[in-house]
Amino acid sequence: MTTPKISLRNVTKSFGRKVVLDGVDLDVMPGESVVIIGGSGSGKSVTLKCILGLLTPDSGEIEIDGESVVGISDSDREHINAKIGMLFQSAALFDSLTVWENAAFGLIAGKGMSRTAARPIALEKLALVGLDEKIAMMTPADLSVGMRKRVGLARAVATDPEIIFFDEPTTGIDPIMGDIINELIVDCTRETHASGLTITHDMASARKISDKIAMLYKGKIVWAGPTEEIDTADSPIVQQFINGQAEGPIELDISAA
Amino acid sequence: MSAVQTVGRLFLSFLELVGEVTLFTLVSISHCVRRPFYFRLIGRQMMEIGYYSLPVIALTTLFAGMVLALQSYTGFQRNAVGAEGVIAEIVVLSITRELGPVLAGLMVAARVGSSIAAEIGTMRVTEQIDALVTLSTNPFKYLVAPRIIAGVTTLPILILIGDIIGVLGGYIVAVYKLGFNPTLYLKSSWDNLFLEDVVTGLVKAAVFGFVVTLMGCYQGYTSRGGAQGVGAATINSVVSASILILILNYLISAMFFGT
Ligand SMILES: Nc1ncnc2c1ncn2[C@@H]1O[C@H](COP(=O)(O)OP(=O)(O)O)[C@@H](O)[C@H]1O
Ligand SMILES: [Mg+2]
Repeated sequence: MTTPKISLRNVTKSFGRKVVLDGVDLDVMPGESVVIIGGSGSGKSVTLKCILGLLTPDSGEIEIDGESVVGISDSDREHINAKIGMLFQSAALFDSLTVWENAAFGLIAGKGMSRTAARPIALEKLALVGLDEKIAMMTPADLSVGMRKRVGLARAVATDPEIIFFDEPTTGIDPIMGDIINELIVDCTRETHASGLTITHDMASARKISDKIAMLYKGKIVWAGPTEEIDTADSPIVQQFINGQAEGPIELDISAA
Repeated sequence: MSAVQTVGRLFLSFLELVGEVTLFTLVSISHCVRRPFYFRLIGRQMMEIGYYSLPVIALTTLFAGMVLALQSYTGFQRNAVGAEGVIAEIVVLSITRELGPVLAGLMVAARVGSSIAAEIGTMRVTEQIDALVTLSTNPFKYLVAPRIIAGVTTLPILILIGDIIGVLGGYIVAVYKLGFNPTLYLKSSWDNLFLEDVVTGLVKAAVFGFVVTLMGCYQGYTSRGGAQGVGAATINSVVSASILILILNYLISAMFFGT
């Protein structure tokens, strides 16, 4: 059996008395694109942050390439993160740097490449997401949300990561730009055979970019399976979510969302 | 809840804060002395902290020196014999030992500490610090260490310049307003300038540079809750750095000059 790229076993995380993750199990196989769906505030971002080491789970096991990554040292984490790219929900571009310096950041600061060597690679990745050299010299503050997400995508893939994470890549942008982003995600993951883990509540996006979908509800993965089987999933929670119905088993925690 | 419980709880959260700040300080120091160094960033921060603070510090110490000369003259004018010597001594001593470092420290706390807290705080709440981590870059190395290194190295230079300008301020008032003999005044200034005083001032400067940049980084790094949280971090950085500067100033003075 092949080792999963990412594997979560019984991961729990609470903030104070609020239980956010209550035993999450998930596997992402090599080259596979997995999407986690779930309502706002269901803990999707927390799951990602636990895998990235930005949050420490209270209990459970997280492995990347078969190596346990919970509670490892900063320098080990840097090694692991060198295999990883992440597109943040708000892009999280460095606003003190130009667009190309953002795209080149993982190469220069993370991998110690010289600026002259990193620049052409950054420009190439920016071209891949449809941004030309003129835009490469601008600062993030001058860009629209959709453009910023594309720069964030270029930055995430610049180091040719083996695993790429996308946090709500299509939220907050118009459907056409959303579709462009979806296509870019598919291109970036398929072409490089990278494994992808995306979180979203946009079902159209989820269908387009995923091989496998997992639904997070009340701190657990309530259903996981191949994308083409989600419409026939026998889980009422999944059915309610993908059909966007107000009536059903999902309890809305309006105070939390 | 009883009063005892309230006090106990306050005390515990105070201890927790002290522990958190101590840990942050130790991690920061460990990154300031270990490779790799981002020289480009250190250079940029030295410009930001040192060079751009020069006008403010020049103005503050200039007027401090001027008012010192003026006030000590009013105090000593009854026995005008040898007033040059006394006034020059007061100006030189107060500027190099106390006013130069403290005024410059407070000015830098207001100008630099606040901007560090706002910048790093904004990076925290917009996930830019998380992004650094995912790009295999340690935020302490990339954000905190360059600022602290720049603060510790540039503040002594700033304060040395401030000392000179402060003494010059005293000279301007003594010579052009009070009509003292310029040569005599300069000579007694020089006679009253002791290496020990200047060195104490520079030690203070380095310590204040550390405190200001550390507090800015700490408040920014730990800020949360959007724009409001960044605002609070900015205020806290200035207040905590200013208080620490005044306390440490006393302690260092007591250490060097206490009997
Ligand atoms: N650092 C934190 N401190 C306290 N609570 C948090 C923190 N991060 C997330 N939460 C809480 O965890 C819950 C899940 O958040 P999140 O994972 O961001 O949701 P989403 O599924 O929309 O991405 C929310 O109720 C949020 O308030
Ligand atoms: Mg989220």
